[in-house]
Amino acid sequence: MNTQLLSQLIKKEFLLEFRQKSTLAGILVYIVATVFISALCFKKVIQPAVWNALFWVIFMFITVNVSSKSFMQETKGKGLYNYLYYNARTFILSKIIYNMLLMAVLSLLTFFFYSWFVGSMVQDFGMFLLALLFSSSAFSGVLSLMSAIASKANNNISLMAILSFPVLMPLLLVSVKLSKHAIDGLAWSVSYKYLLILIMLNIVVVALATLLFNYLWKE
Amino acid sequence: MIKWWKILAALLILYTLVWGMLAPVPKLNILYETIRNLFYHVPIWFAMLFMMGYSVVFAIIHLAKNNLRSDIVSNQAAQVGLFFALPGLLTGCMWAKFTWGTWWTFEDPKLNGVAIAVLIYLAYFILRSSIDDEQKRARIAAVYNIFAFVMMFVFIMILPRLTDSLHPGNGGNPAFGKYDLDNGMRMVFYPAVIGWVLLSLWILDVKKRLAILTHKKNEE
Repeated sequence: MNTQLLSQLIKKEFLLEFRQKSTLAGILVYIVATVFISALCFKKVIQPAVWNALFWVIFMFITVNVSSKSFMQETKGKGLYNYLYYNARTFILSKIIYNMLLMAVLSLLTFFFYSWFVGSMVQDFGMFLLALLFSSSAFSGVLSLMSAIASKANNNISLMAILSFPVLMPLLLVSVKLSKHAIDGLAWSVSYKYLLILIMLNIVVVALATLLFNYLWKE
Repeated sequence: MIKWWKILAALLILYTLVWGMLAPVPKLNILYETIRNLFYHVPIWFAMLFMMGYSVVFAIIHLAKNNLRSDIVSNQAAQVGLFFALPGLLTGCMWAKFTWGTWWTFEDPKLNGVAIAVLIYLAYFILRSSIDDEQKRARIAAVYNIFAFVMMFVFIMILPRLTDSLHPGNGGNPAFGKYDLDNGMRMVFYPAVIGWVLLSLWILDVKKRLAILTHKKNEE
Protein backbone atom coordinates (compact mmCIF):
# COMPACT_ATOMS: atom_id res chain seq x y z
CA MET A 1 0.00 0.00 0.00
CA ASN A 2 1.20 3.45 -0.90
CA THR A 3 0.87 6.18 1.73
CA GLN A 4 1.42 8.89 -0.83
CA LEU A 5 -1.47 7.67 -2.93
CA LEU A 6 -3.54 7.38 0.21
CA SER A 7 -2.94 10.98 1.24
CA GLN A 8 -3.63 12.10 -2.34
CA LEU A 9 -6.97 10.31 -2.30
CA ILE A 10 -7.93 11.80 1.06
CA LYS A 11 -6.95 15.24 -0.19
CA LYS A 12 -9.10 14.66 -3.27
CA GLU A 13 -12.10 13.83 -1.08
CA PHE A 14 -11.64 17.04 0.90
CA LEU A 15 -11.25 19.11 -2.25
CA LEU A 16 -14.42 17.64 -3.72
CA GLU A 17 -16.27 18.33 -0.49
CA PHE A 18 -15.18 21.96 -0.29
CA ARG A 19 -15.80 22.65 -3.94
CA GLN A 20 -19.35 21.45 -3.51
CA LYS A 21 -20.12 23.46 -0.41
CA SER A 22 -23.84 22.87 -0.68
CA THR A 23 -23.65 19.28 0.66
CA LEU A 24 -21.57 20.30 3.67
CA ALA A 25 -23.86 23.24 4.36
CA GLY A 26 -26.81 20.89 3.98
CA ILE A 27 -25.42 18.61 6.67
CA LEU A 28 -24.85 21.54 9.03
CA VAL A 29 -28.42 22.72 8.55
CA TYR A 30 -29.58 19.15 9.13
CA ILE A 31 -27.69 19.00 12.44
CA VAL A 32 -28.94 22.36 13.68
CA ALA A 33 -32.51 21.66 12.59
CA THR A 34 -32.77 18.22 14.24
CA VAL A 35 -31.19 19.47 17.45
CA PHE A 36 -33.46 22.50 17.48
CA ILE A 37 -36.54 20.36 16.91
CA SER A 38 -35.61 18.07 19.79
CA ALA A 39 -34.94 21.08 22.01
CA LEU A 40 -38.39 22.46 21.22
CA CYS A 41 -40.06 19.11 21.76
CA PHE A 42 -38.40 18.33 25.06
CA LYS A 43 -38.02 21.78 26.58
CA LYS A 44 -37.16 21.44 30.27
CA VAL A 45 -38.37 17.98 31.21
CA ILE A 46 -35.34 16.10 29.97
CA GLN A 47 -33.66 13.42 32.10
CA PRO A 48 -30.09 12.09 31.72
CA ALA A 49 -31.15 8.75 30.20
CA VAL A 50 -33.46 10.48 27.71
CA TRP A 51 -30.82 13.09 26.93
CA ASN A 52 -28.36 10.33 26.15
CA ALA A 53 -30.72 8.24 24.02
CA LEU A 54 -31.88 11.25 22.04
CA PHE A 55 -28.32 12.37 21.40
CA TRP A 56 -27.29 8.98 20.04
CA VAL A 57 -30.35 8.62 17.84
CA ILE A 58 -29.64 12.04 16.31
CA PHE A 59 -25.98 11.08 15.99
CA MET A 60 -26.85 7.84 14.22
CA PHE A 61 -29.10 9.52 11.66
CA ILE A 62 -26.47 12.17 10.95
CA THR A 63 -23.71 9.59 10.41
CA VAL A 64 -25.91 7.51 8.12
CA ASN A 65 -26.79 10.62 6.12
CA VAL A 66 -23.20 11.81 5.85
CA SER A 67 -21.61 8.47 5.02
CA SER A 68 -24.27 7.22 2.65
CA LYS A 69 -23.10 9.58 -0.05
CA SER A 70 -19.46 8.52 0.10
CA PHE A 71 -19.86 6.04 -2.74
CA MET A 72 -22.87 7.55 -4.45
CA GLN A 73 -20.85 10.05 -6.42
CA GLU A 74 -18.76 7.30 -7.95
CA THR A 75 -19.99 7.00 -11.50
CA LYS A 76 -19.20 4.01 -13.67
CA GLY A 77 -16.40 5.80 -15.54
CA LYS A 78 -14.83 7.12 -12.34
CA GLY A 79 -15.03 3.65 -10.85
CA LEU A 80 -13.12 2.19 -13.79
CA TYR A 81 -10.47 4.92 -13.51
CA ASN A 82 -10.03 4.31 -9.79
CA TYR A 83 -9.90 0.58 -10.38
CA LEU A 84 -7.03 1.00 -12.82
CA TYR A 85 -4.96 3.44 -10.78
CA TYR A 86 -5.43 2.50 -7.13
CA ASN A 87 -5.63 -0.75 -5.28
CA ALA A 88 -8.73 -1.64 -3.32
CA ARG A 89 -7.15 -1.34 0.10
CA THR A 90 -5.82 2.18 -0.48
CA PHE A 91 -9.11 3.27 -1.93
CA ILE A 92 -11.39 2.06 0.87
CA LEU A 93 -8.92 3.26 3.52
CA SER A 94 -8.97 6.73 2.00
CA LYS A 95 -12.78 6.73 2.13
CA ILE A 96 -12.82 5.46 5.72
CA ILE A 97 -10.19 7.93 6.96
CA TYR A 98 -11.93 10.82 5.21
CA ASN A 99 -15.28 9.82 6.74
CA MET A 100 -13.65 9.43 10.15
CA LEU A 101 -12.18 12.94 10.03
CA LEU A 102 -15.40 14.46 8.76
CA MET A 103 -17.49 12.61 11.32
CA ALA A 104 -15.16 13.55 14.16
CA VAL A 105 -15.73 17.23 13.36
CA LEU A 106 -19.46 16.80 12.77
CA SER A 107 -20.00 14.79 15.96
CA LEU A 108 -18.25 17.49 17.98
CA LEU A 109 -20.45 20.09 16.28
CA THR A 110 -23.55 18.02 17.03
CA PHE A 111 -22.50 17.75 20.66
CA PHE A 112 -21.88 21.49 20.78
CA PHE A 113 -25.27 22.44 19.37
CA TYR A 114 -27.02 19.77 21.41
CA SER A 115 -25.44 21.02 24.64
CA TRP A 116 -26.29 24.57 23.65
CA PHE A 117 -29.97 24.04 22.78
CA VAL A 118 -30.97 21.10 24.95
CA GLY A 119 -28.48 21.68 27.75
CA SER A 120 -25.47 19.62 28.76
CA MET A 121 -25.71 16.93 31.41
CA VAL A 122 -22.25 15.46 31.01
CA GLN A 123 -20.14 15.32 34.15
CA ASP A 124 -17.05 13.66 32.72
CA PHE A 125 -16.25 15.51 29.51
CA GLY A 126 -13.04 13.62 28.75
CA MET A 127 -14.75 10.27 28.70
CA PHE A 128 -17.74 11.55 26.75
CA LEU A 129 -15.49 13.00 24.06
CA LEU A 130 -13.53 9.75 23.85
CA ALA A 131 -16.79 7.81 23.48
CA LEU A 132 -17.92 10.25 20.81
CA LEU A 133 -14.67 10.11 18.80
CA PHE A 134 -14.22 6.34 18.90
CA SER A 135 -17.82 5.62 18.08
CA SER A 136 -17.88 8.12 15.24
CA SER A 137 -14.78 6.49 13.75
CA ALA A 138 -16.27 3.00 14.08
CA PHE A 139 -19.56 4.24 12.59
CA SER A 140 -17.66 5.70 9.64
CA GLY A 141 -15.86 2.41 9.08
CA VAL A 142 -19.09 0.40 9.01
CA LEU A 143 -20.98 2.94 6.95
CA SER A 144 -18.25 3.33 4.32
CA LEU A 145 -18.50 -0.38 3.54
CA MET A 146 -22.31 -0.32 3.69
CA SER A 147 -22.33 2.65 1.32
CA ALA A 148 -20.12 0.70 -1.09
CA ILE A 149 -22.54 -2.24 -0.91
CA ALA A 150 -25.60 -0.03 -1.38
CA SER A 151 -23.96 1.72 -4.33
CA LYS A 152 -23.49 -1.65 -6.03
CA ALA A 153 -27.14 -2.45 -5.44
CA ASN A 154 -28.63 0.40 -7.49
CA ASN A 155 -27.87 3.16 -4.98
CA ASN A 156 -30.99 2.67 -3.00
CA ILE A 157 -31.05 5.03 0.01
CA SER A 158 -33.53 2.98 2.02
CA LEU A 159 -31.33 -0.06 1.40
CA MET A 160 -28.48 1.79 3.08
CA ALA A 161 -30.56 2.20 6.24
CA ILE A 162 -31.85 -1.37 6.15
CA LEU A 163 -28.34 -2.78 5.79
CA SER A 164 -26.57 -0.58 8.28
CA PHE A 165 -28.96 -0.19 11.23
CA PRO A 166 -28.77 -3.77 12.49
CA VAL A 167 -25.01 -3.88 11.97
CA LEU A 168 -24.56 -0.58 13.84
CA MET A 169 -26.60 -1.76 16.80
CA PRO A 170 -23.79 -3.42 18.81
CA LEU A 171 -21.66 -0.30 18.34
CA LEU A 172 -24.48 2.01 19.30
CA LEU A 173 -25.29 0.09 22.48
CA VAL A 174 -21.67 0.18 23.65
CA SER A 175 -21.47 3.92 22.94
CA VAL A 176 -24.74 4.59 24.76
CA LYS A 177 -23.53 2.65 27.77
CA LEU A 178 -20.15 4.39 27.84
CA SER A 179 -21.60 7.86 27.41
CA LYS A 180 -24.19 7.17 30.11
CA HIS A 181 -21.29 6.43 32.44
CA ALA A 182 -19.69 9.71 31.38
CA ILE A 183 -22.95 11.58 32.04
CA ASP A 184 -23.22 10.07 35.51
CA GLY A 185 -19.54 10.82 36.12
CA LEU A 186 -18.65 7.23 37.02
CA ALA A 187 -15.03 6.29 37.69
CA TRP A 188 -12.80 5.26 34.78
CA SER A 189 -12.22 1.89 36.38
CA VAL A 190 -15.93 1.12 35.80
CA SER A 191 -16.06 2.21 32.17
CA TYR A 192 -12.63 1.42 30.74
CA LYS A 193 -13.78 -1.97 29.47
CA TYR A 194 -16.44 -0.34 27.28
CA LEU A 195 -13.80 1.97 25.88
CA LEU A 196 -11.67 -1.09 25.14
CA ILE A 197 -14.58 -2.80 23.35
CA LEU A 198 -15.11 0.34 21.31
CA ILE A 199 -11.44 0.46 20.28
CA MET A 200 -11.50 -3.26 19.51
CA LEU A 201 -14.63 -2.81 17.39
CA ASN A 202 -12.85 -0.02 15.51
CA ILE A 203 -10.01 -2.36 14.67
CA VAL A 204 -12.35 -5.20 13.65
CA VAL A 205 -14.45 -2.94 11.46
CA VAL A 206 -11.55 -1.32 9.62
CA ALA A 207 -9.79 -4.66 9.12
CA LEU A 208 -12.93 -6.34 7.77
CA ALA A 209 -13.79 -3.40 5.52
CA THR A 210 -10.33 -3.30 3.95
CA LEU A 211 -10.34 -7.08 3.46
CA LEU A 212 -13.83 -7.32 2.00
CA PHE A 213 -13.86 -4.24 -0.20
CA ASN A 214 -11.52 -5.96 -2.65
CA TYR A 215 -14.33 -8.35 -3.58
CA LEU A 216 -16.91 -5.61 -3.91
CA TRP A 217 -14.77 -3.71 -6.30
CA LYS A 218 -14.38 -6.27 -9.07
CA GLU A 219 -17.11 -5.80 -11.59
CA MET B 1 -31.86 -42.81 -0.78
CA ILE B 2 -32.06 -41.89 2.88
CA LYS B 3 -28.67 -41.62 4.46
CA TRP B 4 -27.95 -43.03 7.93
CA TRP B 5 -27.51 -39.62 9.57
CA LYS B 6 -31.02 -38.61 8.59
CA ILE B 7 -32.44 -41.64 10.40
CA LEU B 8 -30.17 -40.80 13.34
CA ALA B 9 -31.50 -37.22 13.38
CA ALA B 10 -35.12 -38.41 13.46
CA LEU B 11 -34.40 -40.97 16.19
CA LEU B 12 -32.43 -38.53 18.34
CA ILE B 13 -35.12 -35.86 18.14
CA LEU B 14 -37.87 -38.37 18.87
CA TYR B 15 -35.88 -39.66 21.85
CA THR B 16 -35.20 -36.20 23.27
CA LEU B 17 -38.78 -35.00 22.71
CA VAL B 18 -40.20 -37.96 24.62
CA TRP B 19 -37.50 -38.61 27.20
CA GLY B 20 -37.04 -34.87 27.75
CA MET B 21 -40.56 -34.85 29.20
CA LEU B 22 -40.09 -38.01 31.28
CA ALA B 23 -36.47 -37.87 32.48
CA PRO B 24 -35.88 -37.14 36.17
CA VAL B 25 -34.70 -33.56 36.60
CA PRO B 26 -33.35 -31.73 39.65
CA LYS B 27 -35.99 -29.71 41.51
CA LEU B 28 -34.76 -26.13 41.56
CA ASN B 29 -36.36 -22.94 42.78
CA ILE B 30 -38.01 -20.73 40.15
CA LEU B 31 -37.19 -23.18 37.37
CA TYR B 32 -39.10 -26.26 38.60
CA GLU B 33 -40.25 -28.31 35.62
CA THR B 34 -39.40 -25.58 33.07
CA ILE B 35 -35.81 -26.79 33.31
CA ARG B 36 -36.89 -29.35 30.69
CA ASN B 37 -36.95 -26.52 28.19
CA LEU B 38 -33.17 -26.78 28.23
CA PHE B 39 -33.60 -29.85 26.00
CA TYR B 40 -35.53 -27.88 23.37
CA HIS B 41 -34.62 -24.20 23.62
CA VAL B 42 -30.83 -24.43 23.78
CA PRO B 43 -30.31 -27.10 21.06
CA ILE B 44 -32.53 -25.13 18.65
CA TRP B 45 -30.32 -22.06 19.15
CA PHE B 46 -27.26 -24.21 18.59
CA ALA B 47 -28.77 -25.40 15.32
CA MET B 48 -29.49 -21.80 14.28
CA LEU B 49 -25.98 -20.62 15.07
CA PHE B 50 -24.61 -23.68 13.28
CA MET B 51 -26.61 -22.83 10.15
CA MET B 52 -25.52 -19.20 10.24
CA GLY B 53 -21.91 -20.26 10.67
CA TYR B 54 -22.39 -22.67 7.75
CA SER B 55 -23.72 -19.80 5.66
CA VAL B 56 -20.69 -17.63 6.46
CA VAL B 57 -18.23 -20.43 5.69
CA PHE B 58 -19.81 -20.87 2.26
CA ALA B 59 -19.79 -17.10 1.73
CA ILE B 60 -16.01 -17.17 2.34
CA ILE B 61 -15.64 -20.16 0.00
CA HIS B 62 -17.60 -18.26 -2.62
CA LEU B 63 -15.30 -15.23 -2.38
CA ALA B 64 -12.24 -17.48 -2.60
CA LYS B 65 -13.36 -19.71 -5.47
CA ASN B 66 -16.05 -17.67 -7.19
CA ASN B 67 -18.32 -20.65 -7.56
CA LEU B 68 -22.08 -20.01 -7.73
CA ARG B 69 -22.91 -23.32 -6.06
CA SER B 70 -21.40 -22.18 -2.76
CA ASP B 71 -23.44 -18.99 -2.98
CA ILE B 72 -26.61 -21.06 -3.30
CA VAL B 73 -25.60 -23.11 -0.24
CA SER B 74 -24.82 -19.93 1.70
CA ASN B 75 -28.19 -18.41 0.87
CA GLN B 76 -30.13 -21.57 1.72
CA ALA B 77 -28.25 -22.03 5.01
CA ALA B 78 -29.14 -18.45 6.02
CA GLN B 79 -32.80 -19.22 5.28
CA VAL B 80 -32.72 -22.39 7.39
CA GLY B 81 -30.97 -20.47 10.19
CA LEU B 82 -33.65 -17.78 10.17
CA PHE B 83 -36.31 -20.51 10.18
CA PHE B 84 -34.78 -22.02 13.33
CA ALA B 85 -34.88 -18.61 15.03
CA LEU B 86 -38.67 -18.93 15.17
CA PRO B 87 -38.99 -22.03 17.42
CA GLY B 88 -35.98 -20.77 19.37
CA LEU B 89 -37.78 -17.51 20.09
CA LEU B 90 -41.08 -19.22 20.91
CA THR B 91 -39.54 -21.66 23.41
CA GLY B 92 -37.44 -18.81 24.83
CA CYS B 93 -40.48 -16.56 25.31
CA MET B 94 -42.36 -19.33 27.08
CA TRP B 95 -39.42 -20.02 29.34
CA ALA B 96 -38.99 -16.33 30.09
CA LYS B 97 -42.70 -16.01 30.96
CA PHE B 98 -42.54 -18.74 33.56
CA THR B 99 -39.19 -17.92 35.13
CA TRP B 100 -38.61 -14.18 34.68
CA GLY B 101 -42.31 -13.31 34.56
CA THR B 102 -42.34 -11.64 31.16
CA TRP B 103 -42.49 -12.76 27.53
CA TRP B 104 -39.79 -10.38 26.40
CA THR B 105 -37.35 -8.02 28.07
CA PHE B 106 -35.03 -5.42 26.62
CA GLU B 107 -32.67 -5.78 29.57
CA ASP B 108 -31.07 -8.95 28.30
CA PRO B 109 -28.29 -8.66 25.69
CA LYS B 110 -28.99 -12.13 24.34
CA LEU B 111 -32.59 -11.29 23.53
CA ASN B 112 -31.51 -8.04 21.88
CA GLY B 113 -28.82 -9.94 20.02
CA VAL B 114 -31.37 -12.35 18.62
CA ALA B 115 -33.66 -9.55 17.53
CA ILE B 116 -30.73 -7.95 15.74
CA ALA B 117 -29.67 -11.24 14.16
CA VAL B 118 -33.16 -11.61 12.71
CA LEU B 119 -33.00 -8.04 11.37
CA ILE B 120 -29.56 -8.66 9.88
CA TYR B 121 -30.69 -11.75 7.99
CA LEU B 122 -33.85 -10.02 6.78
CA ALA B 123 -31.61 -7.22 5.48
CA TYR B 124 -29.45 -9.89 3.82
CA PHE B 125 -32.44 -11.27 1.91
CA ILE B 126 -33.58 -7.78 0.92
CA LEU B 127 -30.07 -7.04 -0.36
CA ARG B 128 -30.12 -10.25 -2.39
CA SER B 129 -33.47 -9.46 -3.93
CA SER B 130 -32.40 -5.97 -4.97
CA ILE B 131 -29.58 -7.11 -7.27
CA ASP B 132 -30.43 -8.76 -10.59
CA ASP B 133 -27.10 -9.97 -11.90
CA GLU B 134 -26.42 -13.28 -10.21
CA GLN B 135 -22.61 -13.12 -10.11
CA LYS B 136 -22.73 -9.62 -8.65
CA ARG B 137 -25.46 -10.59 -6.22
CA ALA B 138 -23.48 -13.58 -4.98
CA ARG B 139 -20.35 -11.51 -4.35
CA ILE B 140 -22.03 -8.57 -2.64
CA ALA B 141 -24.26 -10.79 -0.51
CA ALA B 142 -21.20 -12.77 0.59
CA VAL B 143 -19.45 -9.56 1.66
CA TYR B 144 -22.46 -8.43 3.69
CA ASN B 145 -22.91 -11.90 5.15
CA ILE B 146 -19.35 -12.04 6.48
CA PHE B 147 -19.38 -8.49 7.84
CA ALA B 148 -22.78 -8.85 9.50
CA PHE B 149 -21.93 -12.24 11.01
CA VAL B 150 -18.84 -10.84 12.71
CA MET B 151 -20.83 -7.93 14.17
CA MET B 152 -23.58 -10.31 15.31
CA PHE B 153 -21.02 -12.62 16.86
CA VAL B 154 -19.60 -9.70 18.83
CA PHE B 155 -23.10 -8.89 19.98
CA ILE B 156 -24.22 -12.36 21.00
CA MET B 157 -20.97 -13.81 22.29
CA ILE B 158 -18.93 -10.96 23.74
CA LEU B 159 -21.28 -8.24 25.00
CA PRO B 160 -23.40 -10.49 27.27
CA ARG B 161 -20.28 -11.52 29.17
CA LEU B 162 -19.53 -7.91 29.99
CA THR B 163 -22.95 -6.61 30.89
CA ASP B 164 -25.67 -7.90 33.15
CA SER B 165 -27.80 -10.61 31.70
CA LEU B 166 -30.66 -12.70 32.96
CA HIS B 167 -29.33 -15.76 31.16
CA PRO B 168 -27.42 -18.40 33.09
CA GLY B 169 -23.66 -18.08 32.90
CA ASN B 170 -23.69 -14.29 32.44
CA GLY B 171 -23.65 -11.29 34.72
CA GLY B 172 -23.11 -13.24 37.93
CA ASN B 173 -25.75 -15.91 37.24
CA PRO B 174 -24.29 -19.40 37.49
CA ALA B 175 -24.13 -21.37 34.25
CA PHE B 176 -26.28 -24.47 34.02
CA GLY B 177 -23.29 -26.73 33.63
CA LYS B 178 -21.80 -25.88 36.99
CA TYR B 179 -24.48 -26.94 39.43
CA ASP B 180 -27.63 -28.19 37.82
CA LEU B 181 -26.80 -30.16 34.73
CA ASP B 182 -26.57 -33.60 36.27
CA ASN B 183 -25.69 -36.72 34.33
CA GLY B 184 -29.32 -37.62 33.70
CA MET B 185 -29.86 -34.31 31.95
CA ARG B 186 -26.66 -34.59 29.99
CA MET B 187 -27.96 -37.85 28.53
CA VAL B 188 -30.82 -35.88 26.97
CA PHE B 189 -29.14 -32.53 26.31
CA TYR B 190 -26.18 -33.68 24.20
CA PRO B 191 -28.21 -36.02 21.96
CA ALA B 192 -30.72 -33.17 21.53
CA VAL B 193 -27.97 -30.83 20.33
CA ILE B 194 -26.71 -33.42 17.83
CA GLY B 195 -30.25 -34.24 16.74
CA TRP B 196 -31.30 -30.65 16.03
CA VAL B 197 -28.04 -29.84 14.25
CA LEU B 198 -28.49 -32.94 12.06
CA LEU B 199 -32.10 -31.93 11.37
CA SER B 200 -30.95 -28.48 10.25
CA LEU B 201 -28.43 -30.17 7.92
CA TRP B 202 -31.20 -32.38 6.56
CA ILE B 203 -33.48 -29.40 5.81
CA LEU B 204 -30.52 -27.62 4.24
CA ASP B 205 -29.74 -30.68 2.11
CA VAL B 206 -33.25 -30.78 0.66
CA LYS B 207 -33.42 -27.00 0.10
CA LYS B 208 -29.96 -26.95 -1.46
CA ARG B 209 -30.79 -29.69 -3.96
CA LEU B 210 -34.01 -27.96 -4.92
CA ALA B 211 -32.26 -24.61 -5.35
CA ILE B 212 -29.49 -26.08 -7.49
CA LEU B 213 -32.03 -27.87 -9.72
CA THR B 214 -34.05 -24.65 -10.09
CA HIS B 215 -30.87 -22.79 -10.96
CA LYS B 216 -29.98 -25.36 -13.64
CA LYS B 217 -33.48 -25.23 -15.07
CA ASN B 218 -33.36 -21.45 -15.30
CA GLU B 219 -30.05 -21.56 -17.10
CA GLU B 220 -31.33 -23.80 -19.87
